[in-house]
Formats: sequence, C-alpha cells, structure tokens
Amino acid sequence: MTRDIIATRRQLIKGGLAAAAAIATPAILRAQGRRDLTMLTWAGHADPDVIGAFEDAHNVRIRAKEYVGGDQMLAQIAQSPAGTYDVILSDAEYVVQLKQAGFIEPLAAEDYPFDDFFPEFQNFRGHWFEGDPYAVFLRFGFLGLSHNRAAMSEAEARSYRGLWDPRHEGRIGHFDWHLPNLGTLSLVNGNEAPFDLDDGDWTELTETMMSLRPQVRGFYDYGGMLSALRSGEVAAIPGIGDWITGVLARDGADVTTTIPEEGGLQWTESLSIGVGSRNQDLARTFLQYMLSPEGQVKTATLKAYPAMIPTRAGWALLNDELPGEAQRQNMVLNGPNALDEIRAGRIRLRELPVQQSLETWNDTWTRYKNA
Amino acid sequence: MTSPALPARAPARRFQNLYLRTWQALWVLPLPAWLLFFFAVPLGLLVAISFWSVVNYRLTPDATLSAWRYVLGLDFLWASFWRSYGLSLASAVAISLLAFPASYAMAFVAAPRQRLVLLGLAIAPFFTSYLVRIYSWQVFLAEGGVISSIIQAFGGKGESLLNTYFALFLGHATLALPVVLILQTIALANVDRTGISAAANLGARPGAILFRVILPAARPGLALGLLFAFLLSYAEFVSAAYLGGGAFQTLPILVTDLVRAGQQWPRAAVVSLLMIASLLATALATVLWAYREKG
Repeated sequence: MTRDIIATRRQLIKGGLAAAAAIATPAILRAQGRRDLTMLTWAGHADPDVIGAFEDAHNVRIRAKEYVGGDQMLAQIAQSPAGTYDVILSDAEYVVQLKQAGFIEPLAAEDYPFDDFFPEFQNFRGHWFEGDPYAVFLRFGFLGLSHNRAAMSEAEARSYRGLWDPRHEGRIGHFDWHLPNLGTLSLVNGNEAPFDLDDGDWTELTETMMSLRPQVRGFYDYGGMLSALRSGEVAAIPGIGDWITGVLARDGADVTTTIPEEGGLQWTESLSIGVGSRNQDLARTFLQYMLSPEGQVKTATLKAYPAMIPTRAGWALLNDELPGEAQRQNMVLNGPNALDEIRAGRIRLRELPVQQSLETWNDTWTRYKNA
Repeated sequence: MTSPALPARAPARRFQNLYLRTWQALWVLPLPAWLLFFFAVPLGLLVAISFWSVVNYRLTPDATLSAWRYVLGLDFLWASFWRSYGLSLASAVAISLLAFPASYAMAFVAAPRQRLVLLGLAIAPFFTSYLVRIYSWQVFLAEGGVISSIIQAFGGKGESLLNTYFALFLGHATLALPVVLILQTIALANVDRTGISAAANLGARPGAILFRVILPAARPGLALGLLFAFLLSYAEFVSAAYLGGGAFQTLPILVTDLVRAGQQWPRAAVVSLLMIASLLATALATVLWAYREKG
C-alpha cells in the first residue's frame, strides 16, 4: 500500500515535470537567444510602456539600475567593474565628468539623427569632445516656479520675489537638491551666468538663500513634492518644473509651472554607452530607438516625469498622435512654443558650479537645511 | 546498593556531566558570536571607515582625520545635535507619560488573561511595516486630510499638520509607544503586591501608594521604557524625513545627506559615532539612575 502511494507520487511528479517542461519550452527557447542590456538610469525610464517595444523587437531584456542624483550615478559606476552598464542615462552636466573619468565610449556621429535635432541641441554643451559626441541629447525640460494655483496665481508667479511674500510664510517647499535651488536663486540675484559666480556673487547668493529659510515648509523628494503641491501644503516650489507639475496636471490637480521674468533653467538628460560594454551594438540600437520618433514620443510622455524632446520628427509625431500633450508641453509646431523661450534668452542651462566645487555647494545646501 | 554496580555507574555519570557541559556550551556559544558579528565588527568597521577617504566617489582605505575635522568643524553640527537630542528626549518623556495610564490599567486593573489580550493588541501595530504606518499618517495629517477636514468642518482653518513637531512626535510614538507600553506593564505587574497591600492596610491613600510605593519599585522598568523611547526616537529617520520634513533637521537626516552628497561615508560614520557615543552616555546615565540605591 505504502509502496503504491510512493509509486503514484513519483509518477505524478514525473508527469508533472514533463508537462511543465513541455509548457515552458517555447519560453525557454526564446530566453536562450535573449540578451540582457544593462542600463544605469534615473528612476522611471525602464517603464514597459517605453522600452517594451524595443525589448520585443530585439529579443532583449533591459535591466535597469536606478539612481537618484548625479553623485550617486558616478559612485555606482566607480564602484562597478568596467562594462557593468551598457547604457547610461545621465543629466547633461554630468557627461563631462563621465567623459573625464573615462566611463563612457565615444559615439559615431553618423549613427544618430543629429540633423533632425533643433539647432539649439545639435552641438550640445559638454557632449562633444574633439569632434566626437560622447552622449546623445534625449530629453529636456524647464525649471521655474511650480505653484498651486489656489495659493499662488500665475500673475504672482511672474517673479520669484513672490516667494518672500509674508502670505507664503511656511508655505514654500524645496526639492532636496542643491543644484536647481541655488541656480534658480542665482537667477533671482540677476546673475547672467547663474552657475559661474565669483566670491562676491557667491556670498550674495548664500545670503539670498538664507533670507528665504523662514518661508520654508520642508525639503522633499519626488513623492513628497507631488503630495505637498497637490494638497496645497506648499504654495510653491522654486527650481522644479513640468517634470513634477506635469505629472500632477495629468491627474487633474490645479498646479502649473511658470517661468518667471528672472528666467528659468533647463535640465537635460542624455544617453551614453558605458566603457567596456560587451553589447555595444545593442546599446547603439537602443540609443537609435530612443531618438526615433516613436522612442521620442514615449520618453516625452514618460509616466514618472514628462519632458520635451529635441528632434523635429519627434515633435511631428507627438503633434500627430497626441496634440493635447504637445499643446500642454508647449511643443506645437505652428505657433509659439518652448523653443521661443530659449531663443528669447530666458532659459539658462543647468550646470555644475564653475568657480566653487560641487562640495561647497553641497555643504551650503546642508547648512541651509539645518539653519 | 551493591558494589559491582558502582564501576559501571561512574562512566555513565561522567558522560552525563560531559553531556550537560556541552549542552550549556551550546547555549553560551552564540552570545559571544552574536556580540562579535552584530556589534563589535560593525562598530569596528564604522570606526575604521571614519578614517578612510573618498577618492572619485569611491571609498578608499586610508588613515586620515579629514572626515573628523570636517564634521566637527561644521558650524551647525552642535545645533543639529542638541535639536535631535532635545526632540527625542521630549518625545520619550511624552510617550512615557502617555503610556503610563494604559500600563497601569493593564497591570493593576485588568485580569491576567485580559492583560495578555491587551498586550497582544498593543503589539499588533508591529504586524505592518513601519514605513507603511508612517505613510498612512500623511493621509491624516496633510492639508485636506482626515484631521484637517474634521477641523474645517468645525469652522477651523484646518491647515496641514505635516512638518510640525506634532507630526514628528506622532511618528516617534508610532514606533516607540508599543515598546514602552510593554516595558511599563511588565515593570508594574512585577511590583510586589504585598508592599501595596501593606501600604493600603496602614491607611495610605491611592495617590501616596502610587508615588511612594509603586513608582519607586517599578523605577528600573519605567526608566528602561523611557530609555527605549529615546533610543528609538533619536535614531529615527523615516518620520523625520516624511513627517517632520524640513522643519526639524535631525542627525539621521544629516547622515543620509552626507552619503548622498558625494558618497561621504567617512563623514556619515563620524556623525553615527557621535550619535552612538551620546546614546551610550545617555543609556549609562539612565541605568545608573534606575538602579541607584534608594536612600
């Protein structure tokens, strides 16, 4: 009797295994030919909506390692053996550091549709060295003054000075990163090159910042900013943009970003290929996919945070497929659009500090938080 | 009884002795091992890292005082230190006071079986993740959230309570209150009842019994509860970041800021060591006070 049961159980297991193997075979066969492409990236870019089509078309699985902030990205690469990351998505101002540290490969200009880029973005600052591009410009956005309309009107947001209004005491939020905050306040001080400050300008900037401290409600991460702005806990957050308010507006929140008359900053994200990547061909194909009109529209409407895109073909397709989104993001082809803001000189590129070290800016920010 | 049996018994007893010793050794061995792995080694590593340097965002073994110099040279360091210390001490005292009536009820009013059920309920919050509990507080505290809606319904302004000390305190209490409740209940339940009966028989009023018999007898346990509330609040990062926010920058936030800013693990290690040192001093002082000879 006992023996019988064991025999049946064995048979059952055998049969089960065979059945499972039969069912799984196509997947296994498929997986055998499948390659992995590793990507070091800001959060949200490995969204299946964006990369799913590429994964299917090329039988590849993209393995994304996400980071928060350029420092963390550099640390990730520095701590990993060469070739760990095939594709690196970084903020444009960090491309120079990546290149100088020897972390990224030179690209072949003819592989990418630079001719299709709007002229502003073709020879983008810090991307080309001795005639070779080391990164391709993927997406960008403006940073200005994001505000909850119920608490701060667009008219009031026309100047950053509104942040100091007694009505907003304890109602101003901050994104917890020194670069966009100090850059924006540098614009308030009227610095033509907001990141290139001599000692006098720098001292003045730290004083301007400290004078804002009593107004500050809190220092937030991505999720914190979304809820603080939506609920009206904070009236406004300087130095951020549609990458936050666009997400909230999609949900119907009454928030927007205004570029005040003192100007705004431009953030930029670019793609590079990691040094020592064993999948150079695939990485190149991925970059080409992201710069294709389809890839561009997908990254423009990224769920985590939307952005503007640098290619004409991308704009055309976006206007075709999602005219509402093109309108909302100010990327309409016939009529005034975001490029006019750049051409009018209202937008400065976000950069790393020129005369001070990154550490000095960091320390100043920590001191401000602890004040 | 009979002499032939003796030689056979002696080896058996020796074996039994050996068995007993092995048995005890098995129980004792983990203690030094755990102490080594979970305390001495991490602490040693922390001390070592505080003398390392960061080269190109990479932690590099070194023997430099630069991290110590940097951290001790921060002009806001002591302000942040005392802010952290004061806030957690205030939370610890408030949590202890809040917990006391409940502990008293569980120890002296509830029947033993009821006490078990009540203690079980007090532990129940631990079944959900602490992070989740802190996030849920946001729903209550935010503008337009549960609390502000109720206040508005009664004609108040109903502003957001996030980024206030009250919010931070709620976070600390969420973490520490159950622990304090348990420690206090055990301390009070173990107070010798004969002393209480004697005091009552001699005509002491309930207030006098509480302050002159129960509290002194339960002092070590109550002090332990206070200490745990302090330890948990002091090292707390989640509610400091998500409830207290910008208004209350504490040392744990400073630690994460230092790591985020250029991977400065050595500097973060220095701040952590300062925290550990101050915690040890506080713990020592509390324990000395708790077990001080009466008189």
